[in-house]
Amino acid sequence: MKKRGIALLLTALMLLGLTACGGQKDPTGGTKAPTGADARKAANEINVGIAQDLSSSLGPYQLATAGTREVMFNVFEGLYKVDPSGDFKPALATDHTVSADGLVYSFTIREGVKYHNGAVMTAQDVIHSFKTCAESSVDSSIKKILANVKDLKEESGKVVMTLEKPDSDFLAYVSSVYISPAAYTEQDTKPVGTGPFKFVSRTVQDSVVLERSDAYWGEKAGLNRITFKIFENITAMMTALEAGSLDLACHLDTTQVKGLSKEYNVLEGSMNLVQALYLNHEYAPLKDIRVRQALNYAVDVDAMLKLTAEGHGHKLGTSIYPAFKKYFDESLVDAYPYNPEKAKSLLAEAGYANGFKLTITVPSNYTPHVNTGMVLAEQLKAVGIEAGVQEVEWNTWLTDVYQGHKFEATVCGFDASTLTANALLGRYESTSSKNMCSYKGTQFDAFLKEALATTDDSRRTELFKSAAKCLSDDAVNVYLQDLAEYVAIRSTLKGFTFYPLYVLDLSKVTY
Amino acid sequence: MKKLFEKHNNWFFKTGFVITVFMVTLVVIGQIWTPYDPAAMDAAAKAQGPSLAHFMGTDNFGRDLFSRVLEGAGATLIIAFFVVLLGAGLGTLIGALTGYFGGVVDEVLMRICDALTAFPSVLLALIILAILGPGRLNVIGVLGLVFIPSFARIVRTEFARIKKLNYVSLAKLQGVPTGRILLRHILPNIMPVLLPAISIGFNNAVLAEASMSFLGVGVSASEVSLGRMLSDSQNYILRGLPWYAIFVGLTIVLLILGFSLLGEGMRQEE
Repeated sequence: MKKRGIALLLTALMLLGLTACGGQKDPTGGTKAPTGADARKAANEINVGIAQDLSSSLGPYQLATAGTREVMFNVFEGLYKVDPSGDFKPALATDHTVSADGLVYSFTIREGVKYHNGAVMTAQDVIHSFKTCAESSVDSSIKKILANVKDLKEESGKVVMTLEKPDSDFLAYVSSVYISPAAYTEQDTKPVGTGPFKFVSRTVQDSVVLERSDAYWGEKAGLNRITFKIFENITAMMTALEAGSLDLACHLDTTQVKGLSKEYNVLEGSMNLVQALYLNHEYAPLKDIRVRQALNYAVDVDAMLKLTAEGHGHKLGTSIYPAFKKYFDESLVDAYPYNPEKAKSLLAEAGYANGFKLTITVPSNYTPHVNTGMVLAEQLKAVGIEAGVQEVEWNTWLTDVYQGHKFEATVCGFDASTLTANALLGRYESTSSKNMCSYKGTQFDAFLKEALATTDDSRRTELFKSAAKCLSDDAVNVYLQDLAEYVAIRSTLKGFTFYPLYVLDLSKVTY
Repeated sequence: MKKLFEKHNNWFFKTGFVITVFMVTLVVIGQIWTPYDPAAMDAAAKAQGPSLAHFMGTDNFGRDLFSRVLEGAGATLIIAFFVVLLGAGLGTLIGALTGYFGGVVDEVLMRICDALTAFPSVLLALIILAILGPGRLNVIGVLGLVFIPSFARIVRTEFARIKKLNYVSLAKLQGVPTGRILLRHILPNIMPVLLPAISIGFNNAVLAEASMSFLGVGVSASEVSLGRMLSDSQNYILRGLPWYAIFVGLTIVLLILGFSLLGEGMRQEE
């Protein structure tokens, strides 16, 4: 009887342990970490923590999520390649010329470039790649741009593309058409490219391994081997980081890097995402522009930043983030200053004086989005909206929210697949398959269409800016911020560079 | 009340009683009044340790932890209450009928109970909740369901035992209606077994709710519950905010310790 009492006490105390052993156990064994890290240094390899698994297909034109693109950026290359300052540098092409009317692009193909499987890149591969991409890319904006290429042919070692109408952003798209061998059919599972790293293996929901490509045409990568370890639970990732089994983790927030041991350097950059409270215009109350404006007035972005990120992060105002210097319009940032009274009166005007129910669905693996959602829910409650936060798994979010449009509101971030305004604005076109919000803006569509058809660069920029302003005027979403992001990198590593795109370039990282 | 103490004159019962009364009183007060609004965020008071202004400190959004613990414990207790109500209610009904009448129905229901017991209950609840999605009502429904077999089994055994006793046979011969025999003649006599079971059940329900919410399938993100808070707190244990997890964990420990001791105390006396 006494024993039972003691057993009971022990059980109760064990509960305290519940907090400690929550997430997954670090697979490599936490206690051996220092030797693990040293061993990796000796072998010139690193472990990188990533927050979600890659898309089911790794094929060059099937990279559906930003998380997949950032990894595969190390494997695939296009004719041109973006550099950290946002310029396009020759990669698989050595240079290109454009005809005076802006219609004919001719690319000189780099000679002697070898794929990771040993095959030599040819002009035919380039043509094949462009054709395949135009037919099958998951990125509808690239498909659309490539549909503008009416003729594609090889001419004395050069690839010549003739456009239907001029497009001053064409090079940006060219850089995201990855070149792959025409005869190779296993890209989905064993991707082959020309990049500084070659794909070695992938274990679903566990890891992806890349190795240095010694036949790389340019400056060879510094590291021998990279293992991307997938942690769908951020706590597990931080535990692994602290235990020393990871050398690099990106997209972290202020709290996560706080108190990190001295073995890591913390670098601050910007996520290059448009984080917003995305609204489903199909949901009855949100059809009314006054309600959406009310939401914009009800949200205090500064307060949210203070609560979630110690005030770090760039406020946006529309679907353009500051790295897009050309299109970023500072005046839109405060288009809807915090004004709960105005929000309330707008709601009353729209017939929702007593508020309405709003479920904010957030992907549970992205702590910043979850935290933002929690703060916004409170701010919206303050003006009478019954806001609640619902966490769902990433895959559920992708199928239900992103593809199925089964949501009322969601907090997430959209990146740009290419360095063009269209990459950020194209999704709002009424006809776009990515139009998650079901926004129908005739004015917006007109501006976008005209912009894409305009050749004069300054006029085109103006049109894109007008389109971006439409998103603000129509209060399409509650645009929040481009998140400050932190990278924790082992202090012995150097050469990490931030890009204006959501990519993770590991070729310059060295011990 | 006095009778209860005379009947269960042991330290388990007394300690359990004191802890439970203390915790329940706190929680009841918390439902009416909390020092701060449990949902109010304050950037100026983020992630603080215990202080005079914030007895348990604040969480990562600057929300007062003490207020949240009170509110969360309330939510957890309410869920546990309904889970036990559902589990014990239906369990007793099924146990009474099958134990008293036996036969085919007994066989079928008990085999279903066996099947439910054979499957790990937490896992079962986890799967159903993962399909249904989080939310208070879902948690109550699922955990209630999972709790039925244990109660049914206990009650069935007792009913099957007592129905063979002479006084029940005599009542039957006297023509007492079956319903009355079940309710007035047998049910009160199984209380010494049922009450500890309810107390332990309560304790398990608190724990189960906490586990479900901790694993992210319990209450939704904007609802408060102890398990939910514990799960949120784990990110901050090593980030300068250990108090968060400690206070929430301590509250769970005290709650279930109280109930466990009560249940243990009630069982001791036989």
